[in-house]
Amino acid sequence: MSPPQAPAYQLSDGPGQSATLSLSGDWAQGQEPVDFRDLRPELVALAPRQLLVDGDALGRWDSLLMAFLLQCHNYCRAEGIELDVSPLPESARQLLRVATTVPPHERPREPRPGLLQRLNPLRAARGALRDIAESMAFLGDLGIALLNLCRGRSNTRFTDFRHFCYQSGPDAFAIISLTSVLVGMILAYLGAVQLKLFGAEIYVANLVVIGMLREMGVLMTAVVMAGRTGAAYAAQLGTMQTNEEIDAITTMGVSPMEFLVVPRVLALVITLPLLTIYADLLGVLGGAIVAGGMGITLLQYVSQIEQAISMTHLLVGLSKSVVFAVLIAIAGCRSGIQSGRGSAAVGNAATEAVVTALIYLIVADAAINILFQHLEI
Amino acid sequence: MASSEAHISVRGVTMAYGARVIQQGLNFDVNRGDIFVIMGGSGCGKSTLLKHMLGLIEPAAGEILYDGQSFTRADTATRDAMRRRWGITYQSGGLFSAMTLGENVSLPLQLYTDYSRAEVTEVVAYKLALVGLGGYESYYPSEVSGGMRKRAALSRAIALDPQILFFDEPSAGLDPISSRLLDELIVQIKESMGATVVMVTHELPSIFGIATNSVYLDAASKTMIACGDPRQLRDHSDQPVVRQFLAREAAAEPEAEA
Repeated sequence: MSPPQAPAYQLSDGPGQSATLSLSGDWAQGQEPVDFRDLRPELVALAPRQLLVDGDALGRWDSLLMAFLLQCHNYCRAEGIELDVSPLPESARQLLRVATTVPPHERPREPRPGLLQRLNPLRAARGALRDIAESMAFLGDLGIALLNLCRGRSNTRFTDFRHFCYQSGPDAFAIISLTSVLVGMILAYLGAVQLKLFGAEIYVANLVVIGMLREMGVLMTAVVMAGRTGAAYAAQLGTMQTNEEIDAITTMGVSPMEFLVVPRVLALVITLPLLTIYADLLGVLGGAIVAGGMGITLLQYVSQIEQAISMTHLLVGLSKSVVFAVLIAIAGCRSGIQSGRGSAAVGNAATEAVVTALIYLIVADAAINILFQHLEI
Repeated sequence: MASSEAHISVRGVTMAYGARVIQQGLNFDVNRGDIFVIMGGSGCGKSTLLKHMLGLIEPAAGEILYDGQSFTRADTATRDAMRRRWGITYQSGGLFSAMTLGENVSLPLQLYTDYSRAEVTEVVAYKLALVGLGGYESYYPSEVSGGMRKRAALSRAIALDPQILFFDEPSAGLDPISSRLLDELIVQIKESMGATVVMVTHELPSIFGIATNSVYLDAASKTMIACGDPRQLRDHSDQPVVRQFLAREAAAEPEAEA
C-alpha cells in the first residue's frame, strides 16, 4: 500500500464558464480533512456555470469525500451551477446519487417564545393555573371511577389491587423499619439536650411519642413511599403509555382510570396508614434506646408514654396518612398516564411524580397542621 | 483466506436458553458481499441467531468466526475492535429517544473517530442524506414516522462505514412501497460500500428481491433445514416446508405445525 497522502483539491478555470475541481490524495479517516468552507470563496470568485469534478489523482476515500461532495452538490444546486461528477469512481457517483435523490428537508419555523415572553409572570401564572386545572380534572375522573366502584359497575380488578398492596406494603418494611427507628432516635436526641437543661429528661418520652404519632412517623413514611411507590407508579404507567398498552385498554372500552389508577390509589390508601402505625411503633422503640442510654429505665419510659399517649394523636397521624396516600398515588399516576413516549419521557415522568408528590406532601402537612391548630385538636 | 470466501462462518452452533434448546447444529457461511437472509417461521429463533452472531448471547456450543477469526473465543477488547466494523439496526430501531436524529448518528463518529466537530456535522448531514433524511438532524425519534425511524437507524448503522451490516427485520411494519425503497437503499449502500449484509426477515418480497444467500431455521426439528439462494430453494428445495414457506402456501400436512 502506498503511503497515505493528504487530501487536496485544485480549482482551475476552464473554457467558457466552466471550471474543474481536481481532487487528489487520500480522502479517508486519519488524514487532515479538507473544509468545504475554504473552497466556497474560490467558487464564488470564479462563478462558473459548470463544474467538473475530476478524481484521477484520488487515492483511498470514504465518507469524508462523500460529505465534501454533498456540500459541493448542495452549493451548486443553490447557485444553479451544473455539477458533473462523471470522472469519479462509480461507487462514489452512486452514493452521491442516493444521497441527493431526496432534497434536504427544511424544518418549518415554529414561533419560539422570546425571553421576555417566557419570563412574563402572566404566562407563568396561566401555566400554573392550567396545571392545577388538569390536576382537578384528574381528581374528578378519579372520583367518578371510585363512585363506579362503589356502585359495583367498575372494571377494577381485585387481583391488581392485591398485587399493588403487596408491592407497596410488605415489600417496604425494611426501609420503613430503618428510617423510623432512626427518626425516633433523632427526635429523642434532639429533645434530650434541651430537656436536660431543666432536669426534665423523662419528658423525652412525651416528645418522641407525640412527635412520631402526630408528625414524623407519617411524614417520613410518606416521603419514603413517594420515592419508592410514587416513582414506580409513574414509571409503570409511563412505560405502558410508551408500549401503547394504555391505548389498548382504552379501545377495549375500559377506563384506564378504573383499570390502572383506582387499584393503585386504593392500595396506597390501605397500606400507608398501616405502615404509619408500624413506623410509629418503631420510632417509639428508637426513642427508648436513646432514653435507655440517658439512664431512663424502660419501665419509666413506658409509664411516661402511657400518660402522654392519646387516641387523638394517633388519629391525627392516621388521617394525615390517608390524605398523603391519595396525594402520592395521584402524583405518580398522573405523571405516568400523561407521560410522553420514549425512555427520556418516562424518566421525566418519574422525576415529576416524586417532585410533585413531595411538594403536595409538605403543603398538605402544613395546611392540616394549621387547620388542627385552629380546631384545637 | 481469499477475499471471495467466507466472511462469517457459523460452526456447529447450538442456541439454548438454559436447558431449552432453540436451535442446534447450525453450520453455514456468509460470503463477502452477500445479502444473507436468516428466515423461518415465527418463534424459530431467527432474532436469537442474530443476537448470537452479534455476541449479545453466547452460544451453548460451537463458535462463530469473522474472517476466519473466532469471535466466540475472543476477549472483550478484540470483540470491541471487531464490532467497530459492524453496523447494526434493531427490530424497533434502537434509536436513543433522548437524542435528536443528528445526535444519534454523530454518537459513533464522536466515539470512534478523530473528526472535528465541523466534520462530524458534515458526515452526519451526508449519512442522513443517504437515507433520504437530509435536514432532519434536529428532530427527535418520537417526532418522525416509523419508516423514517427505520431509515435513521440505518443511517446510524452506516455511520462508521462498516464492513458488515446486520438488520433485524428492517422492513417490518412498513408499507410495501417504503419497504421496497428501504430494500433498494440497502442494496445501493451495500454495493457502493462493498459491505456484507446479514438480515433477519420473513418478508417474501424482500427475500426474493435482494437476498443472494439464506438459511432456513425450522422450529419443529430445531435445526437449519435449508441453505442457499432463496429463489433456488423455492423451486428446488427437497424440504416441502421450505418450499411452502417461500411460495406462501398453507402447510399441506397438519403435523407440520407440531
